[in-house]
Amino acid sequence: MNGLMAVVQTALFVALSPLLMGFLKFCKCWLQNRRAPSFLQPYRDLLKLTYKQPVISQEASWLFCVAPYLIFTAMILAASVVPFIAVDQPTSAEADVIVLVGFFAFARFFLALAGLDIGTAFGGMGSSREMTISSLAEPAMLMAVFTLTMTASTTNLSGAIEHVLQEGLILRPSFVFALFALILVTMAETGRIPVDNPTTHLELTMIHEAMILEYSGRHLALIEWASALKLMLYGVLISNIFFPWGIAESFTLSALGYGLLAILGKLVFLCIFLALAETAVAKMRLFRVQEYLGFAYLLGVLGMLSHIILESTR
Amino acid sequence: MSWKLTFLQQIVDADIFVKSTEMSPHIELYQIDDTHWQQLAQIANANQLRWAAGFAVQSGEQFHVHACFERKGTYLLFRTTINGSKPQLPSQATVYAAANRSERHTHDLFGIEFLQHPDSRGWTRHQAWRRHEYPLRHDFPVTGAPAEITPPDTSYHFVEAHGIGVYEIPVGPVHAGIIEPGHFRFQAVGELILNLEERLGYVHKGIEKIAEGRTPEGLAKLAGRVSGDTTVAHTWAACMAMEQAAGIHIPRRATLIRGIFAERERIANHLGDIGAICNDVAFTFAFMQMMRLKELWCRTNYELFGHRFLMDKIVAGGVNVDINDVAGKFILIEINELRVELAQLIPAMDLSSSLEDRIYTAGYLSPQTAELFGTLGFIGRASGQDFDVRRDAPYAPYENVKVKVPIETQGDIASRFWVRYKEINASLKLIEQFIAQLELLPEGDLLASWVIPDNGRFGLGIVEGWRGEIMTYVEFGRNNAVSRFYPRDPSQFNWEPLEKAVLNNIVPDFPVCNKSFNCSYSGSDL
Repeated sequence: MNGLMAVVQTALFVALSPLLMGFLKFCKCWLQNRRAPSFLQPYRDLLKLTYKQPVISQEASWLFCVAPYLIFTAMILAASVVPFIAVDQPTSAEADVIVLVGFFAFARFFLALAGLDIGTAFGGMGSSREMTISSLAEPAMLMAVFTLTMTASTTNLSGAIEHVLQEGLILRPSFVFALFALILVTMAETGRIPVDNPTTHLELTMIHEAMILEYSGRHLALIEWASALKLMLYGVLISNIFFPWGIAESFTLSALGYGLLAILGKLVFLCIFLALAETAVAKMRLFRVQEYLGFAYLLGVLGMLSHIILESTR
Repeated sequence: MSWKLTFLQQIVDADIFVKSTEMSPHIELYQIDDTHWQQLAQIANANQLRWAAGFAVQSGEQFHVHACFERKGTYLLFRTTINGSKPQLPSQATVYAAANRSERHTHDLFGIEFLQHPDSRGWTRHQAWRRHEYPLRHDFPVTGAPAEITPPDTSYHFVEAHGIGVYEIPVGPVHAGIIEPGHFRFQAVGELILNLEERLGYVHKGIEKIAEGRTPEGLAKLAGRVSGDTTVAHTWAACMAMEQAAGIHIPRRATLIRGIFAERERIANHLGDIGAICNDVAFTFAFMQMMRLKELWCRTNYELFGHRFLMDKIVAGGVNVDINDVAGKFILIEINELRVELAQLIPAMDLSSSLEDRIYTAGYLSPQTAELFGTLGFIGRASGQDFDVRRDAPYAPYENVKVKVPIETQGDIASRFWVRYKEINASLKLIEQFIAQLELLPEGDLLASWVIPDNGRFGLGIVEGWRGEIMTYVEFGRNNAVSRFYPRDPSQFNWEPLEKAVLNNIVPDFPVCNKSFNCSYSGSDL
């Protein structure tokens, strides 16, 4: 039963992630006074891409063709260890939060390699920028996550969320810091404004898009889907770690139904927040990103410190 | 005028034989001999004249080469005649950086060799023509003899940079977005731009060649297609040159309508550009709003005049569409609506600290560099170049209205942003004045009757387009047919300052720097 639930939850996670992208685009469109495409547009785009023949550079090695599958698989594995609808995700026990960060790093590693593989200036530029940013974002993320795991005394995500649920609604300064740190990291890691612009056509300003500029067809579809998954992963992490209420604590049908509704509600809220933030600010100058991520790290450290000073004495 | 006397005196002192004729109130033509061509440039440079255009005209077995200089709104057009069998001329590019690409263009298309030219590479010449074929010579057929597939351009050597961590980024001519084609070669270390070199000429349309033999109507249409976003100003400049050649004066009402069209074009493009600058830094809200305003503005053009960009509305001898009282009233109402919208939007952009962070100090073009390259239009005016044809060499209808010319000296993206905004306001005021004058004139007086110009008559049309001063040379042959057409778009002088403005910026800031210049590819490739 547990194993089946894990599979179902992961499948649902993967299936719903393009919808999240669609909803985010919808929100952004309306905030910019434009008419929005249907929520289902990302699915249509993915379908269209799978029909198309991938065009592969003569310079590309096997790595270029394999990378999209590796990246997509890593994201599915990451999705399988994050509690989505029900708190008791059996796979969480096998792979803890550090492994989750590892999955992200694994995917990024291959994406950066694929960017370098074809030998275009843009691919290399994108990979270089991505690695610069992630080397700053990863410690900030770990710091925020450690704050949580220290509170719960476990790196198992299911366990941690359960702990937060049992404690009830307590205002922890450490969590407030960690929440903001994780939001900042999310913006950077998922390539959103103000760090990267996912809709730009200007090659020289791209980060994520520069790496995947040479991808087409089903390869591009997989990478786009993986990006959608990554955004959803961060969204679910933020929702379920800091606001776990509503998540199903047993495998009854009604609990699961409420759990699904709860997480969808939280994601809708997060999307609206993200769309507002992206509409209100311009992208920052590339060399500002380090200050931005430095600030995220600082918040993570402050979270950790306030946990040690204020909370752990109890 | 004292500077002109000093200048001419110096020319005479240098033993340069000069023969002069006046072409129009602001333009004078001087004929000199070819050996002093470079010396002329040196004296002109010493007298702070700006190099404003250079072009050649074939006349039988000879070539007339022209160079136009400007100071304080007075244009001096110098002409020299060289032998066609082995055409050579001392280069002026050694004195004027602005002449560099223009002379290379003349060399590529006419086969005139400019001696001591600092750059021996081609410019317009990609591999489309064989070695000793020069498409603008009269013996070259209009249809050309193009190869099935143009061979790759492998002989063009870009500036190279060496060193640890130095790398090269080739961008374009095919871009990820839908923009005009141009190749940019960056040398960078990390994200810092060490050097940028442009390679243009990918939209060469043979405009100078296909203009030959056209009627005035045909040429006006062709001029409107030199650069799509400047269709009004280019058509106007060509028509002005043709009217000068024919010696006709167009009705006052037609000049006012031309003025309204040109200002409407300026406003539409500035609105779009302000939005596009915001879009390049991912400030999409402002982009969408400015695009909406531009769209509404263009729709009014369509409703009132039948074309969104006012293409082909100016014709030789006048205009072909009137603005009646109702349309005039409508335009005035729309102006007020635009003012209200801008009064809400512009402060919102001004207050956005994230936008401010991107556009201030980035893409700095110093007044000295701007002057060196003869930078024109709003780019020049954002770097302290206080020049506007409408004010300094006014043509009808600008001679009896007050033209406000906004100047900024910061020279960064923000300056170019604000100069555009201020020019929108100035243009709105101009349109109001023109409409007030229109109401006093009888409706329908739009066209002067055309006089067929004699063989060899020519004119030089100078108009302030939205990008800056447009200079168009038109010469007539027999039977009302155009024998030479050369439109000099302001972009020709604004591309090189961009190369300088991006130095010491970071690579991802290039697109927004480029957009703040927004030079025309089509206008400079011809």
